[in-house]
Amino acid sequence: MITLDVAVVGAGPAGLAAATLCAERGLSTSLYDEQGSPGGQVYRGIASSPLRRPEILGEDYWRGATLLRPFANSGTRYVPGASVWSVTRREDGTFSLGMSIGPPGARSAITVAARAVILATGAQERPFPVPGWTRPGVMSVGGAQILLKTAGTVPQGRTVIAGCGPLVWLLAWQYRRAGVAVDALLDTTPKGRLREAARHLPDFLRSPYFSKGLALTRAVRRELRVIEHVESLAIEGDAVTQAACAVRYRLPGGVSVVLDADHVLLHQGVVPDIALASAAGAALAWNPLQACFHPVVDAWGGSSLPGLYVAGDGGGIAGALAAEARGRLTALAVANALGRIDARQRDRDARPLQHALSVALRGRRFLDTLYRPADAFRLPEGDTLACRCEEVTAATVRGLAREGCAGPNQMKAYSRCGMGPCQGRFCGLTVTELIAREQRRDPADVGHYRLRWPVKPLALAELAALPVSEEARRAVDR
Amino acid sequence: MMSAREFDVAIVGGGLVGAALAFGMRELGPRLAVLDEGDVAHRASHGNFGLIWVQGKGLRLAPYGSWTQHSARAWPLLATMLRELTGTDVALRQGGGLHLCLTPDELERRAQHFVELFGQDGFERYEVEFLDRAGVARRLPAVGADVAGGTWCALDGDCNPLRLLSALHDAVGREGVVRIAGAAVDRIEPENGAFLLHRGRSVMRAGRVVLAAGLGNARLAPMVGLVAPVVPNQGQVIVLERVQPFLPFPLETIRQTDEGTVLLGDAQADRGLDEATDPAVLAAIAQRALRALPALRDARVSRAWAALRVMSPDGFPIYGQSRTHPGAYVVTCHSGVTLAAAHALTLAPAIRDGALPAMVAPFSSERFDVRAAA
Amino acid sequence: MFVRLPDLAGEFIEFFVDGQPCTARAGDTVAAALLAAGHLACRNTPVSGAPRGPYCLMGMCFECLATVDGRPNQQGCMIAVASGMRVETQRGARAVVVDPDAGA
Repeated sequence: MITLDVAVVGAGPAGLAAATLCAERGLSTSLYDEQGSPGGQVYRGIASSPLRRPEILGEDYWRGATLLRPFANSGTRYVPGASVWSVTRREDGTFSLGMSIGPPGARSAITVAARAVILATGAQERPFPVPGWTRPGVMSVGGAQILLKTAGTVPQGRTVIAGCGPLVWLLAWQYRRAGVAVDALLDTTPKGRLREAARHLPDFLRSPYFSKGLALTRAVRRELRVIEHVESLAIEGDAVTQAACAVRYRLPGGVSVVLDADHVLLHQGVVPDIALASAAGAALAWNPLQACFHPVVDAWGGSSLPGLYVAGDGGGIAGALAAEARGRLTALAVANALGRIDARQRDRDARPLQHALSVALRGRRFLDTLYRPADAFRLPEGDTLACRCEEVTAATVRGLAREGCAGPNQMKAYSRCGMGPCQGRFCGLTVTELIAREQRRDPADVGHYRLRWPVKPLALAELAALPVSEEARRAVDR
Repeated sequence: MMSAREFDVAIVGGGLVGAALAFGMRELGPRLAVLDEGDVAHRASHGNFGLIWVQGKGLRLAPYGSWTQHSARAWPLLATMLRELTGTDVALRQGGGLHLCLTPDELERRAQHFVELFGQDGFERYEVEFLDRAGVARRLPAVGADVAGGTWCALDGDCNPLRLLSALHDAVGREGVVRIAGAAVDRIEPENGAFLLHRGRSVMRAGRVVLAAGLGNARLAPMVGLVAPVVPNQGQVIVLERVQPFLPFPLETIRQTDEGTVLLGDAQADRGLDEATDPAVLAAIAQRALRALPALRDARVSRAWAALRVMSPDGFPIYGQSRTHPGAYVVTCHSGVTLAAAHALTLAPAIRDGALPAMVAPFSSERFDVRAAA
Repeated sequence: MFVRLPDLAGEFIEFFVDGQPCTARAGDTVAAALLAAGHLACRNTPVSGAPRGPYCLMGMCFECLATVDGRPNQQGCMIAVASGMRVETQRGARAVVVDPDAGA
């Protein structure tokens, strides 16, 4: 088997930038991505969007297109439609990546060997466990935006956007540009949060996101009914179809309001997609401000496993511009580690990138503080589903935690929470935080589900087609 | 110095063995403590396949066959008690189980195994049906074309092992038994006929101590004059997505849970404390499963896990009471589900009353004691 | 319901949902095509039977599972719709279809 110099996973800004620079520095580089075309989620459909009016999505989106040509010319081998389900560090220090490739019906599993791996798996939306969040008609804001970018498809009927974070405002703005009617934006940013964030304001004033963000939220406020400081949300359903038909929300002072809604789009920020890094054995850390786990990475994206790097939002949320810079910095570190450039050249080449990164990171604490989701939306109660797949309620999780359940892994064993097909992606943080709350522990101490490959499902026949060693055969044949 | 918490009995280990023993002594209530580790531990109980399996067991130690059958017979009572006490259905099925032989060679070796097993002095025999391919296909129409045959035993069955574990803990908790989780026991110190158990900076005192700490027993047993030379033996299991019920009885290496997921196992390998899954081993398990049941071809693998079995040098359980420190017991085995009923209903009450039952005398830890053997 | 914006690039193709012909834009995912064809829900869960539809559209939540050309539990948001493709909504757990050839 040929051993690549670098395998990059994910074709968002970090992955594209990292692969481009690695290949330009003469490293044999392959980039594996689950989607059919490059861009990741932030630039999803950048090469294939059917929208004929670019102004709908805004100029920040189209920036993604500048990454494509250098990537295409870099000599990177680009493998779209590749679902990487394992990364394993072998005894000789190289890595084996297991993945499924090929069109549906003809998928096959392969393994690829690489001297270094750059995980650029990006972010996923944070779980938003409120009553009714599993009903048809309820979708994440990110999901709705992907529909807009890739399929020009938008909700029609009574539409409510609810939550907090930049993406909430961006989608509202894009929908207005596209002529999509939005009945209301329910802003769940808690009262007093702006004051709390204000001490980080000077830094944010120098952020590239400041003026754009301000203009965008102003435009949305002008054109849309924005309801601030929403303290609770519940999505009510039609008695027959069970699909969303209304959203009930509460305001400070206890005022409760019901708003008819066929579509409820939810969002409260993004968190790193840690599945591959965690299953590979990289150490994780808890970020108390962002209330999420991320792989432990150094300034170059190096994880706790030598040779395994994490670039972009997958290593901690910082946005698309930072992801691009972090991708390039990681590429320099890999080029150095694999002997292509010496440390001096790495450091010299890194300087402008480090500057770009520090600019991109300006104001991050302001945004993180302002948009930290309220406890009520991270720590569900009662019959609200914590685990969508196995339909485990918050009350069950809290009850087991009160009875002394030692942590998320035991929670899984006791309740099946996290055992469904999403493998805990939409309940992991909720379970950690609920256990922490009930047992008065620090989420860092509670920890996260222990993840194991395959982190994405594959057909049994695909797994069976992988090479079997003599030793493995002896372990099984009896 | 603060006075240590006092218990009549402390069970070290909250896995299936410890929980079953606690169940059997639950009327001690708050005078009984179960000490468990934290969330990340070598938990054989979380990696359990869930079989209640009789056929084939007991070669080279006939009493193990009897002990296993004793537990299988007691299992319906345990399941009923758990349902009545906790409302939990542990999904017990004991309508028989099938061991598949993929090749004529495997079938031949299987036959030889039973000849030797049943030929042992004092072996408590039971009915095992040898099946050719057609016989297997009558019981299991989905069976693959190149399966040579198999053995069927009506005593075999399965349950939901995770629900068993939580039901045992639930039942025990309802009696006021004290469960202390979060850390391993570092040291046990005999003191005036009782035992001091040290965990980090905390200490507790117990009149009797039962070691049910799985792999931890190897370290703890010598502290109270016992031996438990257990080593890890890694098993790997593949979990398939939920499918409609299609497998009405368990195979020794494939079973469908009551929730609909399908478990494929199990490999045996000596890999130290490594709990990583190995792609080559999982591929081998997948190949065997597909030869057995080709219809699973496009069923999707949703998870895989590796867990460490607790293996004694001869593979049999270890049950012993310390001669030098009476009141200290060791209990260890790798079939925590099959033996759960015997542990809960026979072994635990005997330990509570201060002695081991005669049935487990052949499993004394002294068989590994070099001084005793000398 | 979901609708397509006017003035989109791309050609339209025909595919089938539960046997009924529907229109999709070539390049859409199965999940997008289902939503645009009026199906907010694509399955009932194997646990409680509750209806579910696409939620994250990026391959993470596994809510958009559907049977695609006879293969159950496919992630609709990760598969491009194709001309003549047969998509079935799902009820509960998938079946294991015993291959008649297997028993030969």
